[in-house]
Amino acid sequence: MILLLQYTLIFASVLMLVALGGCFSEHSGVINIGLEGIMVMGALGGALMMKFMPAGMPAAGIILLVILAAIALGVLYSLLLAVAAVNFKADQTLVGTAMNLLGTAAATVFVKAMNTAESVDNVSSIIQYIEPKKAFLVNIGSFEFNWFMLVAAVALAVSYVVLYKTRFGLRLCACGEHPQAADSVGINVYKMRYAGVLISGVLGGLGGIVYITAGVSEWKFENGVAGFGFLALAVMIFGQWKPTRIALAALLFGFFRALGNVYTGFDFLKALELPSAVYNMLPYIISLVVLAFTSKKSCAPKAEGIPYDKGQR
Amino acid sequence: MKKEKTSLLRNGAVQSLLASLLCILIGLVVGYVALLVINPAGAGEAILTIIKNFMTYSKSTAQLKYLGSTLVKTAPLLMCSLSVLFAYKAGLFNIGAAGQYVAGVGASLYCALAWGMPWYVCLLAAIVAGALLGAVSGLLKAYCNVNEVISCIMLNWISLYLVNMLLSTVKEEASPYTLTLSSTNPGAIMPSLGLGALFSKNQYVTVAIPLAILVAVVVWVILEKTKLGYELRATGCNKFAAKYCGMKEKENLILTMAISGALASMGAALLYLTGFEQWQCTQSAVPAMGFNGIAAAFLGGLNPLGSILSSYFIQHITNGGAYVDKTMYSAQISDFISALIIYLCGFVLFFKVTLNGYLDRRDEKRKRAEQTAQEGGDAE
Repeated sequence: MILLLQYTLIFASVLMLVALGGCFSEHSGVINIGLEGIMVMGALGGALMMKFMPAGMPAAGIILLVILAAIALGVLYSLLLAVAAVNFKADQTLVGTAMNLLGTAAATVFVKAMNTAESVDNVSSIIQYIEPKKAFLVNIGSFEFNWFMLVAAVALAVSYVVLYKTRFGLRLCACGEHPQAADSVGINVYKMRYAGVLISGVLGGLGGIVYITAGVSEWKFENGVAGFGFLALAVMIFGQWKPTRIALAALLFGFFRALGNVYTGFDFLKALELPSAVYNMLPYIISLVVLAFTSKKSCAPKAEGIPYDKGQR
Repeated sequence: MKKEKTSLLRNGAVQSLLASLLCILIGLVVGYVALLVINPAGAGEAILTIIKNFMTYSKSTAQLKYLGSTLVKTAPLLMCSLSVLFAYKAGLFNIGAAGQYVAGVGASLYCALAWGMPWYVCLLAAIVAGALLGAVSGLLKAYCNVNEVISCIMLNWISLYLVNMLLSTVKEEASPYTLTLSSTNPGAIMPSLGLGALFSKNQYVTVAIPLAILVAVVVWVILEKTKLGYELRATGCNKFAAKYCGMKEKENLILTMAISGALASMGAALLYLTGFEQWQCTQSAVPAMGFNGIAAAFLGGLNPLGSILSSYFIQHITNGGAYVDKTMYSAQISDFISALIIYLCGFVLFFKVTLNGYLDRRDEKRKRAEQTAQEGGDAE
């Protein structure tokens, strides 16, 4: 039971972080389908940092460095979307899709090249991080507390305050609702959209590293992040683009995802003898059903996905 | 009024072609730089290997044979790109081509292996499965306002796991792969009609390839020459205007997704019913074919006939990636290049606008020069 709670919380943290990232980007008016690719890049940054950092660092140092590396790569990668969507008025869905493919492909090429350079026989795309990963975990009884859970909770609080209580957040939202109106009162729409996308890079990259350290100690980059970025988008939509509701949605989705990992521990679920594929499918099915019922009265930012053109009325 | 001579660059098709070539060029250059960074020693050779693909073989019979193999995989890619393109023309982004493709694999292989159906029934089953899956996304979009991108992505994963479950019942005992068609049900292999003999007896070259090209032409005719195609394009341009004109935008939307899904899943059948590949029932990622279809569709300038060329190109470099020196590079370098090309396709609109702006300025300058020359002539 505790295991289920632990996995629910960690997967919910991932979903929450990434969905909040998507929330910032979409409130600024840019659809970010590329979150999946950003997650892969963040994961790569964090994993590389864990692989190459000197042994014997204090736990706090490890955590900080890994987080910084993940964020740095996430932000850098999200620039690809920002440049294309803001400066070049590209089709955001297309660019996002390309970023997802590019993220996985680039990470695979890179990790394979690195592994092959170390030893010629190693053509896998796997990075191991058994030792440094322990820095993130604190055992409280049989519950394994992960510092990333705290990071996610902080991110939630900060996002809420920034989005609703600061000048910056309100301006950001204005750019996603009616950029022409925002521009007319002197807000720089391009800058705001850049900010939105880059924040989604921060949170997406962070989500990536949390995801690959949740439960496993090595990651095969050929698999990307297995659709988690998209699941986070569903969480965001189900959460109606509002931080608090996103948190609740993330918990719900995290629960179903966790079930897939730990269902063998429950006798009544084991007795059902469902193939494991059913549990793998569950989060996606649930999200589809949930979306079908909640999308009718969607309150998506009105101008999302539309490139801002200063000359347009 | 005499018709003004327009520059060749004004032509939409020429612009699309130029933009696509530019995307390919930049993609290859960046890919080359990536190779240089990984290992400068073999980068030049590797990029040439990718571009050459089957031409790395010195014998012409081997070249022909592997050209055949590239073509075998071009057929499904072309179908996927048609699927993406068809939906895009109606204003929908069918990122679910991958899932519909998987559904096609499941339906066709299950019919072939479990029920021993002939190939045309399997093909039909695949088409129906894809159409149904596409229609689900369409229905969700039309009646529940679910963004088709999200629903398609969810359906991609759902269909992957479902098909894995379904095909596990017809897999080989000792491996995760499905039974081969040739040993279980040779009647499910598509007829070659002598095409295989043309490619140095490549048995996998079948009627599938001309069939895919035929479908591309049919899609072009539907989009450009029929009422349905007109309505779909109108809905894509402005769905409110289309509704105002009395078009049934909801029905059109569902129909579009169904046709789009059918195209992608038919592509799957066109590959798997040649016996070229077996499905791996433990597959944990959605196959790249559907996503590469997006690349091919946009690279082809969103024209069905352009898709034929662009899908061949994408498949050509993907196959070429398999030949690079594995001690230095990985085959994914071609995925990297094709992903880059999709990314660059996002800039095509900007390219066209800039080009048109440049042409406008040039024409204006010329006109003004003519005018001043004329005025100068009058004054004399």
